[in-house]
Amino acid sequence: MITFEQVGVRYADAAEPALRGVDLTVPEGELCLLVGPSGAGKSTLLGTVSGLVPHFTGGVLEGRVTVAGRDTRTHRPRELADVVGTVGQDPAGHFVTDTVEEELAYGMESLGLPPAVMRRRVEETLDLLGLAELRGRALSALSGGQRQRVAIGSVLTVHPKVLVLDEPTSALDPGAAEEVLAVLQRLVHDLGTTVLLSEHRLERVVQYADQVLLLPGPGEPPVLGAPAALMARSPVRPPVVDLGRLAGWDPLPLTVRDARRRAATLRERLPAPAPAPAAPTAPAIATVSRLVVSRGPVPALRGVELALFPGQITALMGRNGAGKSTLLGSLVGLHAPDSGTVRVDGRTPHKSRPKDLIRSVGLVPQDPRDLLYAETVADECTAADQDAGAEPGACRSILAALLPGIDDRCHPRDLSEGQRLTLALAVVLTARPPVLLLDEPTRGLDYAAKARLVEILRALAADGHTVLLATHDVELAAELAHRTAVLAEGEIVADGPTPEVVLASPTFAPQTAKILPPYLTVPEVAAALRELP
Amino acid sequence: MSVDRLRRTAPEVSNSGAVHSRSLPRQLHPGAWWLWSLGLAAAASRTTNPVLLLLILAVAGFVVAARRGDAPWARSYAAFLRLGLLVLAARVVFAVVLGSPVGGTHVLFTLPQLPLPSWAQGVRLGGSVSLEGILFALYEGLRLAVLLACVGAANALASPSRLLRSLPGALYEAGVAAVVAMTFAPNLVADVRRLRAARRLRGRTDRGVRAVLSVGLPVLEGALERSVALAAAMDTRGFGRTADVPRRLVRTAGALTLAGLLGVCGATYGLLTAGSHAWALPVLLAGVAASAAGLALGGRRSVRTRYRPDPWALPEWLTAASGALVAAALIWYAGRWPEALTPSVVPPTAPRLPLLPAAAALIGLLPAFVTPEPPRSTR
Repeated sequence: MITFEQVGVRYADAAEPALRGVDLTVPEGELCLLVGPSGAGKSTLLGTVSGLVPHFTGGVLEGRVTVAGRDTRTHRPRELADVVGTVGQDPAGHFVTDTVEEELAYGMESLGLPPAVMRRRVEETLDLLGLAELRGRALSALSGGQRQRVAIGSVLTVHPKVLVLDEPTSALDPGAAEEVLAVLQRLVHDLGTTVLLSEHRLERVVQYADQVLLLPGPGEPPVLGAPAALMARSPVRPPVVDLGRLAGWDPLPLTVRDARRRAATLRERLPAPAPAPAAPTAPAIATVSRLVVSRGPVPALRGVELALFPGQITALMGRNGAGKSTLLGSLVGLHAPDSGTVRVDGRTPHKSRPKDLIRSVGLVPQDPRDLLYAETVADECTAADQDAGAEPGACRSILAALLPGIDDRCHPRDLSEGQRLTLALAVVLTARPPVLLLDEPTRGLDYAAKARLVEILRALAADGHTVLLATHDVELAAELAHRTAVLAEGEIVADGPTPEVVLASPTFAPQTAKILPPYLTVPEVAAALRELP
Repeated sequence: MSVDRLRRTAPEVSNSGAVHSRSLPRQLHPGAWWLWSLGLAAAASRTTNPVLLLLILAVAGFVVAARRGDAPWARSYAAFLRLGLLVLAARVVFAVVLGSPVGGTHVLFTLPQLPLPSWAQGVRLGGSVSLEGILFALYEGLRLAVLLACVGAANALASPSRLLRSLPGALYEAGVAAVVAMTFAPNLVADVRRLRAARRLRGRTDRGVRAVLSVGLPVLEGALERSVALAAAMDTRGFGRTADVPRRLVRTAGALTLAGLLGVCGATYGLLTAGSHAWALPVLLAGVAASAAGLALGGRRSVRTRYRPDPWALPEWLTAASGALVAAALIWYAGRWPEALTPSVVPPTAPRLPLLPAAAALIGLLPAFVTPEPPRSTR
């Protein structure tokens, strides 16, 4: 269905080609998962299929990409619109009209399909994606998972042979991600659509893949093959594969179910895990009590109670729109409470001067770019020193300690996601706040960048910092957090030590906990195995 | 089979008799709502009688309350009302501070007057404020506010982007550009807000002009990135696909449209300037015909079809007609008895309610009863 013949892509301002030596064929009706670390050229490869590379992005395309027999060099994206459906990372950036039904019809209108056909296909697609109740809704009133489903539906109505998705679940909560992946699997099974998708959160998708296309890193040629075989050598792996490698299972299990079947003997050998460290005895540094906050006409938080202790990492989980960001925002004074109180380090955030507040609490927002204004990394660090009243060079030395090797002359927007997050973290830490908040820090991070973040946050907590992170990433919460709180509809519905909370809920349980309860992460299992005689 | 053939042989789903019924919930054609509201606005522009203006306002408000959907833009009526109040207040404040063109003998109070240099003669700051001046400003401001409310009513009943969907094929791409531009502004405002909040996180103040200015560059970068992403998405979804038509046809269409528009411009100039220009009217008609032909020819290049085009049926006719009727009645009445529609302010008199125009304004209520209800989306 998709053939790459000696494909290479080189952008004008880059020293190295973004992609080279791609020579393979993706067969029809397969769900093909694109795997690789950040910067390996995943988005570029996806772009060559939809024709956006090189027609839209520029750059030089070597070799030949054909989709359903059409050469993407001679066909512009709009001329491929009837065979390739593309959904980008941010579904909101994809919408042209303003209601669900019109959006589903938009692509068909552009292709000039007859009205009767359009009408029928819209109805079919509404059913296929479970959107029938939302048909008249405004797109701006949809939740994250619903938007992603509408975006997929809007390209499905033209019946493309190939569906290209760039990180379809990275912004979604675990439940919504399941929804989207179930839809994709249905497409592959029922309609025979060829799906090509890239995703950093392999634990969510690898079990659905028929083929894995591995991009090992810049400059190395990509490989297409069976998921189990390629996962054995992939630099990025989900926990279930890590566990399989640790236990020496062959072939590697890709699903929790496979692994659980294999794990019977291992489960018996493993001792009961060490009891969780005792709850901190120090007084709370931040307290939220009976907090009610409204965003617009809707109450986003309804009576939240939370206390944060020094040296403790707390994960805040819950579906999209549950009020996580609002709670973090209230702790740094972005939202004034309707009622209830917020105290952080002895201050009332929304009444404090920003200059004083940053010495007590710092927030790294969902998009770290919001925090970065300067032209270069060096300027950004200088500005951070001035803002915080720290001695010159403080921010730069924190940055060097967190992540060595960032070029001073780089523009913050040109950094990779992981580097940018670290820069924003360094900027926030320059004021030495005892309380650190992070909103969805692992969005767009690959496993290596995530592991680095885990180390950094652990070191900060050991240093006595209080860390609160809002996240959809159950693996991150299991690995990092001492304590987990779950928000739903603006109320805290569960709050306790992470093992207790995540083991009680199938949605928030990490893969390892489903295979070898009560262990939560692969490193824990590895440590226990080392202890065994 | 060519797309064109397909299009013609497709059964016209919406041509059944059901579209005339008012019991079947459906969206009314946006053009009908805009014609209706423009009719009310034209009527309002003919009078300064506050009683009549308030009656028109009430008519528009009633129809909006009865027939708006539950989409976010349906809530825009209140925003337009607030804007109207602001305009009214501004008009009165200006009348108090700068004085009023109508003299008056009923002095309410006297503000200290600012002495101005001789070159600023004719401009007055402060001074005596008369009842007549205030009344005049109040009436004028009210008229503007009601005009705004009429536009707001159309906005709430049919979003402008739905109206643009009904443009002829040749203008479609311009219409999409306009829609995208319209969503650009709210996004920009949201960005400015978010980034101003982010300034707090850096320990900088989030108030004042400097805070807004300093986020300018990042906001523009973000907006640009969003536009590029949208352009890419639209391209991959087939925006701008064109049918293979002879070059000559494209050129003819372009030339016809351009010549037609030039003709319309020239003729309008002739019609509006003093003196009689016998050539103006024929040229105007020829211009309109030429541009219509050009647009129709240009539309052949577009391969687009429409998904569920809004039908134009009996309720649409009635709605548009009721608006036109209100306008026509008031224009006619204003020509015959202008004193009833513009109550005198010098000397101030209590405005009365002229019966015939009031009855005419009430015709504007018709859409609240003859149109089908909009479908409610389930929450």
